[in-house]
Amino acid sequence: MDAFMQFIYSGLTVGAVYALVALGFTIIYNASDVVNFAQGEFVMLGGMITVFAFDAGLPLPLAAVLAIVIAAAIGVALNKLAIEPARGAPVVSLIIITIGASILIRGASQIVFDKQLHRLPAFSGDEPIHLLGATLLPQSLWVIGGAFAIFVALWLFFTRTLLGKAVLATANNRLAAQLVGINTGFVMTLSFALSAAIGALAGVLVTPITLVSYDVGVGLALKGFAAAMLGGMGNPKGALVGGLLLGLFEALTAGYISSQYKEAVAFIVILGVLFVMPQGLFGAKKTERV
Amino acid sequence: MKITTTALATLMVLGIASAAHADIKLGASLSASGGAAFLGDPEAKTLEMLVEEVNANGGINGEEIELVLYDDGGDPNKARTFATRLVEDDEVVAIIGGSTTGTTMSIISVAEGEGIPFISLAGAIQIIDPVREFVFKTPHTDRMACEKIFADMQKNGITKIGMISGTDGFGASMEAQCKEVAGSHEIEILAQETYAPQDADMTPQLTKIKSTDGVQAILNPGFGQGPAIVTRNYAQLGIELPLYQSHGVASDGFIELAGADAAEGVRLPGTALLIADLIEEGDPQKDVVTAYTTSYEEKYGEDVSTFGGYAHDAFRLMVDAISRAGSDDPSAIRDALEATDGLVGTTGTYTFSADDHLGLDLSAFRMLEIRDGEWVSID
Amino acid sequence: MTAKQKWIQLGILAVIMLALPAFFPSGYYYRVGALIYVNALSVIGLVVLIGYAGQISLGHAGFAGIGAYACALAPEHLGLHPALAVLLGAGVSALMALLIGRPILRLKGYYLAVATLGFGILVSMVLSNERSLTGGPDGMAVPDIGLRPLLRDMGLRVSGGEFWYAASALVLLLGAWIALNLHQSATGRAMRALHGSETAARTVGIDVARFKLQAFVISAVYASVAGSLLALQNGFITPDVAGFMHSVEMVTMAVLGGVGSVLGATLGAAILTLLPQVLTVLADYEQLVLGFVMILVMIFLPLGLLPSITARFRGRGV
Repeated sequence: MDAFMQFIYSGLTVGAVYALVALGFTIIYNASDVVNFAQGEFVMLGGMITVFAFDAGLPLPLAAVLAIVIAAAIGVALNKLAIEPARGAPVVSLIIITIGASILIRGASQIVFDKQLHRLPAFSGDEPIHLLGATLLPQSLWVIGGAFAIFVALWLFFTRTLLGKAVLATANNRLAAQLVGINTGFVMTLSFALSAAIGALAGVLVTPITLVSYDVGVGLALKGFAAAMLGGMGNPKGALVGGLLLGLFEALTAGYISSQYKEAVAFIVILGVLFVMPQGLFGAKKTERV
Repeated sequence: MKITTTALATLMVLGIASAAHADIKLGASLSASGGAAFLGDPEAKTLEMLVEEVNANGGINGEEIELVLYDDGGDPNKARTFATRLVEDDEVVAIIGGSTTGTTMSIISVAEGEGIPFISLAGAIQIIDPVREFVFKTPHTDRMACEKIFADMQKNGITKIGMISGTDGFGASMEAQCKEVAGSHEIEILAQETYAPQDADMTPQLTKIKSTDGVQAILNPGFGQGPAIVTRNYAQLGIELPLYQSHGVASDGFIELAGADAAEGVRLPGTALLIADLIEEGDPQKDVVTAYTTSYEEKYGEDVSTFGGYAHDAFRLMVDAISRAGSDDPSAIRDALEATDGLVGTTGTYTFSADDHLGLDLSAFRMLEIRDGEWVSID
Repeated sequence: MTAKQKWIQLGILAVIMLALPAFFPSGYYYRVGALIYVNALSVIGLVVLIGYAGQISLGHAGFAGIGAYACALAPEHLGLHPALAVLLGAGVSALMALLIGRPILRLKGYYLAVATLGFGILVSMVLSNERSLTGGPDGMAVPDIGLRPLLRDMGLRVSGGEFWYAASALVLLLGAWIALNLHQSATGRAMRALHGSETAARTVGIDVARFKLQAFVISAVYASVAGSLLALQNGFITPDVAGFMHSVEMVTMAVLGGVGSVLGATLGAAILTLLPQVLTVLADYEQLVLGFVMILVMIFLPLGLLPSITARFRGRGV
């Protein structure tokens, strides 16, 4: 039982990391139908900029805000310089553009920062919390709490605010959205800024646990992408559930079956789900227009 | 260092006496970026720094060294291409490199085929066993690290252990070699877990090992962030068993990443490099280690790591061999390399022979323990 | 495309292959040439999958891994000649593609991308983890194909570089010929029809699932043979060959050059293979430049280099 609870805590912690990355995917996807493979780089930037600002003497909260603002600016630049000019390109071109952006950001980071591993101090200390016979670190609560908070905020944004609905409308039918007076250009800019900001915030939250270096982005993007697809792309609920499930699968597989094949089991589950539900757990069904 | 400088100065005079000729071209293919940047980055920086130093002091035999350095990103396919390029196009006289075992094995076939001396910076034993004519290496084999650790375990009456290793090349290779030599040290491996290089939490694996009956200590072969996270999880779960790390994390950075509290009591086999200020006066390694540490930290503003030390030693070996060979003919350099006798490096003292292209023994490893955030020698 | 155009394309390819060595200053260039041809071969497979049938894959390096490890494992464990191991690898890859293709290809767009990605990761994970068989992440040696001694007995002395340059060129020509024939065949037309619109293709009676699957299997075989060639000429192989970045590299080459075009694919492979070699002078900036090039080409030459250039040359769209 104790062991089981430990696996659950581990799964939730790791799952919350995946969920945070996956949540970042949803906004851009909702606004533009683009899966942004550079999303992991925003997480990396969030961690790296905070670390360097913090080391330079800035207080942690200020360093984090700085990181989030810079990442958001880079997100906007990505949209203006790379995504908007390629509007209407096929999916495969968009994949290459965002992977190209990811390589570019990584390449720039290794020059601007360094190639070393870095860590931030945990926000509330390293004293483990004993709960139901197992332990978890206070930082895990920050990460899990962060994932839920962002989820709720996004959910409210998309369902309760005019702006959020405008984002969804833009994704659904760009021309129609423009006709009803939505400034789709602004919606796109906003989505990229938000997405990048969420990614950077995730980076700040997870760095005390996962550590950060210039090349952690790819791995995070892949897991986040897988989590988002498992849950159904574009749906904040899907991102959250997909991320947590992925983390739990991995932890339980490592605990009960084989740590060597824990990622394999996770991917097999994803493939299995997609065979039965081709749009993921919560994805909306789309029909092809001829 | 002083001895080397004097030797170089003497050689310089000799060099000026002989006719000045073209530069000596030295090739390197390292994993300065990618998943193994951890290894390749300090290695590349070290080589660049040392070449500058040697050239500023007049080069070898009066000739300057020209370093042709490529970043293979840890990809064996690229490493092979760069090795071909170094040999065929740049026409280097010798190659240093192969940060990982995979890239090393790719370079080997080119170096052996073309008869170019090659010093590898990777750990696996198959690089020099069986001995290949042109291939040498500077790091201890992973097997030696295992033996050093197991010897310490025996000393402390530990016979049953659990292992948790990274699935990257470093972790997987060391894990396999530890399993091979465990029996001869009467160590029984009761539990065996792994983690992927970028995993964020290893508590499930550690919980499993912890709950395995009879485990007396845990060994974690790996490098990068994995061991730091394992160490932190170890403290989180309140595991009281001794934790052994590998030489893969032998740097001050590890203590920083894991946190001094969590890392308290962690043991690992390291090199003299980590405890430069603790080495006794009169120890032959004292000067070499201090000189390298000082100039590296001054130039790059970061801590030295064991891996940079491997590159340092490879370069010193090469310079020594070239100056003794008195020519930049690859075969002559190879012969001189094999005749290396008692060259003091940061990793240990090298003596090569026809059937030993590593030239180190276990004595070069020092068992270190982290106490109050500092490395302490416990041999 | 007419039969004449097909032969023109093959002719251009052959002339380039024959003429290039005249300009090679050293043996290293043979190595790069051979790499380009091997990469182009796997990219032509993707031309069939992405360019003809309009399906994505982010996991084709998995098939390259199967082909590569077939050449390392089969000679050792089955006593098979390395040349036959290439065929065995292709067979296993085809079978694998057939098995996973049917369920996977029901997915569309990003969902297909993640499914193929999962497949690729599974293959590289097995190669990494089954240490006793594959040597794990450290990799394993691949036996020599043994054709050079054979040629020497026939009085033809070639260096390793020259041999693999010629061998890769020949296989690439064969691959290009098959892909170009396919383009003109009924199967190729059906694939291209479903690329335009699956629903439309289905309405005119095309068995969409079948042709998608065919394209998937064919492209898997191309990737597998390319992986085998790479393993044989390197003499050593690690699980990196099946890694995610290798899959991305393959797709990028295909799209960069022009995903519908065999010559374009070769051009894309050439550029992305040469780029890291040229960029060594910039060392630290290599990744930066690579990312920049990928974005720029996709924005300004959305059809890929070759088709965009020819379209401009002719002064009309494609």
